[in-house]
Amino acid sequence: MSVQSPISSVNDFVVRFANVNGSGSASANELFARAILRHGVPVSPRNIFPSNIQGLPTWYEVRVTEAGHLGARGGVDMMVAMNPQTWDKDVASIEPGGYLFYDSTKPMPSSKFRADITVIGVPLTAITNSTYTDPRQRQLFKNIIYLGALSALLEMDPKLIEQLIGEQYKGKEKLLSSNVHALHLGRDWALQNLKCPIGLRVKKADKVGDRIFLEGNSAAALGAVYGGATVCAWYPITPSSSLAEAFTNHCKKLRHDPETGQAKYAIVQAEDELASIGIVIGASWNGARAFTTTSGPGISLMTEFIGLSYFAEIPAVIMNVQRAGPSTGMPTRTQQCDIIACAYASHGDTKHVLLFPEDPAEAFEFAATAFDLAERLQTVIFVMLDLDIGMNHRLCRPLRWDDARQYDRGKVMTREMLEEGRDFGRYLDVDGDGIPFRTYPGTHPTKGSYFTRGTSRDRYARYSEEGPVYADNMQRLVRKFETAQDLVPRPLQANAAKPTKYGVIYFGSTAPAMDEAIEILDARGHHLDRLRIRAFPFHSSVASFIADHDFVYVVEQNRDAQLRQLIVNENGIDPVRLVPILHYDGTPITARFIANAIGDHQDHLKVTPLRKAVS
Amino acid sequence: MPGLDPGIHAFLSPDQYVDGRVKPGHDAAGTAGVVMTYIAKPKFHHPGLKKNELGYTHRDYEGKISTLCAGCGHDSITASIIEACYELSIEPHRVAKISGIGCSSKTPDYFLGNSHGFNSVHGRMPSVLTGANLANRDLIYLGVSGDGDSASIGFGQFAHSIRRGVNMTYIVENNGVYGLTKGQFSATADRGSKSKKGVVNTDNAIDLVAIALQLGATFVARSFSGDKTQLVPLIAAAIQHKGASFIDVISPCIAFNNHAGSTKSFDYVREHNDAVNRLDVLVGREPIHVDYAPGTVQVVEQHDGSRIALRKLDADYDPHDRVGAMTFLQKHAAKGQIVTGLLYVDPEAEDLHAHLNTVDTPLNTLDAKALCPGSAALDKINASLR
Repeated sequence: MSVQSPISSVNDFVVRFANVNGSGSASANELFARAILRHGVPVSPRNIFPSNIQGLPTWYEVRVTEAGHLGARGGVDMMVAMNPQTWDKDVASIEPGGYLFYDSTKPMPSSKFRADITVIGVPLTAITNSTYTDPRQRQLFKNIIYLGALSALLEMDPKLIEQLIGEQYKGKEKLLSSNVHALHLGRDWALQNLKCPIGLRVKKADKVGDRIFLEGNSAAALGAVYGGATVCAWYPITPSSSLAEAFTNHCKKLRHDPETGQAKYAIVQAEDELASIGIVIGASWNGARAFTTTSGPGISLMTEFIGLSYFAEIPAVIMNVQRAGPSTGMPTRTQQCDIIACAYASHGDTKHVLLFPEDPAEAFEFAATAFDLAERLQTVIFVMLDLDIGMNHRLCRPLRWDDARQYDRGKVMTREMLEEGRDFGRYLDVDGDGIPFRTYPGTHPTKGSYFTRGTSRDRYARYSEEGPVYADNMQRLVRKFETAQDLVPRPLQANAAKPTKYGVIYFGSTAPAMDEAIEILDARGHHLDRLRIRAFPFHSSVASFIADHDFVYVVEQNRDAQLRQLIVNENGIDPVRLVPILHYDGTPITARFIANAIGDHQDHLKVTPLRKAVS
Repeated sequence: MPGLDPGIHAFLSPDQYVDGRVKPGHDAAGTAGVVMTYIAKPKFHHPGLKKNELGYTHRDYEGKISTLCAGCGHDSITASIIEACYELSIEPHRVAKISGIGCSSKTPDYFLGNSHGFNSVHGRMPSVLTGANLANRDLIYLGVSGDGDSASIGFGQFAHSIRRGVNMTYIVENNGVYGLTKGQFSATADRGSKSKKGVVNTDNAIDLVAIALQLGATFVARSFSGDKTQLVPLIAAAIQHKGASFIDVISPCIAFNNHAGSTKSFDYVREHNDAVNRLDVLVGREPIHVDYAPGTVQVVEQHDGSRIALRKLDADYDPHDRVGAMTFLQKHAAKGQIVTGLLYVDPEAEDLHAHLNTVDTPLNTLDAKALCPGSAALDKINASLR
């Protein structure tokens, strides 16, 4: 066997922590990621966790990336193996030349290690047990001790970690000093007993800028606060629960009347997803901005009400944090697998507006915009997050809000307008955009009331089973959907340095991996124009982008190429011209995967002259 | 282009009638050439009609003409709702009437024509009403449902809206049968009762009143569509009650459940009706004129100051005793009696808004200034995330 030299890399490597669920490792691991950020070096962390609360394996992966590649990379350069249960698999997953960090308190047989990696043993349990007597303290501080040891091995500045601990335990002196103490216990042991630093090192840089670090679910919840949502009804489901909980926390800080202490919001944890969406529709019908948060199984349950929202034209916002389906699927794994389910949700002819944020910053913006769109279009708007965006901290641009921005409450006929004698027909298209006026209940004693129903009705909301009346309404709904096309966020296009016949379409959480893949492909000599779709219905630029290229790759995280299906179906595109690139094992898509898949396909397309090939 | 398939859209009849504007006044019936599938009420009325405090007549509380079967119990309940709203001098447009799907759920179209109505999804009236109530706490919420709607498909929503204490009047028009689908048993049909086709029901019945009591409804009543003198004041008192009011109204289905062997027929209910009390809703502040025997009338003052005069028919019955009410109901049900009247009231009820501590201003009137924390707050949040 050839001798494998240890990996040597500054500010560009992947550390994976293998822990036991419920051992309190999450906060220490997050501290590690934040500490690297404080060095001015971007990181991209990801939680890989089972559908369980305590006892099962959980992993936390930190990609250290001075180049700012925030997608998952794949592969592990250093494994912090704290879980005996997954030891063998964890050790096997380390890249050749990588590092294994473990608790060496109990001796391990040499067969449990690999020859081509550097093994770093720290007697964590021994250090912990000799310092602490309380079992819970032992467990929690063990995590901080390994963090201390890592800081020495990776040549991190301990002052920056101390600073973070100081911020976290501000005003709790006892906790602060005991955490700092634990940090140095580990750090000092490593400095005295190990060769520090190893080949992987963190060096101060200036690549973070003013960017912020937050989870997509929290960002979307904040978007709902800024967007004026007052009613939230939800039912717990992974990975969306933390969105509703974040909304609760944001509201507690931002939405109480300073004088009376009363709440300018109402949050109901409903009995199921049917009730959640029912409450949202009832509140929106009555003129409040309302939303629900859910994931795939919840969408399935909500479909009857989604059809009502479409047909009776009642605003609603659904934040769908997607997870791997079908059925219960893999509840804690990511996918973009509800595109078709949401675009055409419910029986009969229905179509719905979908928004695809790429990261927490866009999740914030789209969440706020969703309420404007819902009230403007008087229909359901889906904000399509996924677990990768929703439940992981992501480095992104700071959140912005223009104080001059007004809420677009859509076409609402007021008491004054009714008094003026304006003709009110609830389903009457007065402007040619397919959008009728509505009134809020209680507006006027004698004018503007109407009966809302899921049955067919005429332009004045009166029950009707007449064919032409029904068809007239259905055609208007199509006109309204066309109007939506120009109101939703437009696709963003970035062209290759040189003109190319090839393009790529992608959306949502694939964005960072795609950006990195473009660099890899450029280096391989494959140049592609790219288009990031941000909403459905598709803007006309989607069709023209496809028309401008011979082949367009459509990259997505599901088995059935759902976005591609939607493009083919809605734009009448020849499917042959759209090459699906599909990643659906529940892990976040990587740049390596995209670059390999597109690169291989491109290689096959290229006819290399024989002379060149043999030379 | 998205959504627009250039296909051939074929219709069998001309589309000249799709715009209701061809008809003056939109609701005036019978204009020549207009094809309709609803029935509007003629506008004229007797000039000498009595007016309530607000100057409204009965007619102002009416809606479209009922399309239910002639003699349907539900139409009597509609009439009682109209009467109660008239008596209370409620502004019709300040009521939101919300229903699910079924015969009973069609009725909100037949009363309070100037109110917004919402005929939602089967069994889901409670969630829609809850959302509407959260959006605007100032309106009166009238939920109309049936036994299929509330005891079967929407049993969960019924239960949870009650346990949350939504401020509403929840009326179940209970006929023990699925009318619109032609006579299947519902979950409130008594065990041993016989369907029109002669099938005997072997499933146990759900008593929604018993469930409502158990789940903490703060106003619980049962009545009979054939007894308007009992029903009207019950509805009025329920509307005045600030909390979850539930009324189960036995309402015989003339088409499918009014035969011998049914326990929801007019005859059966009349024979087995055991009214524990009668009540009068006292409008205004003047002292009540008691013309009953001393000790038989109890005045209940509700949280909003409104008062109910309760005339006891059963001396043992105490409408403030939740547990006692549950026992009483069970005992009488075992004897085949249908207990009616105001069964329980908590005058100090709290509603969902109180539990959530929401602002007094309706949430749907708060503007961006009140709701949006602005860029300065966001800058602080950004700073905390670095």
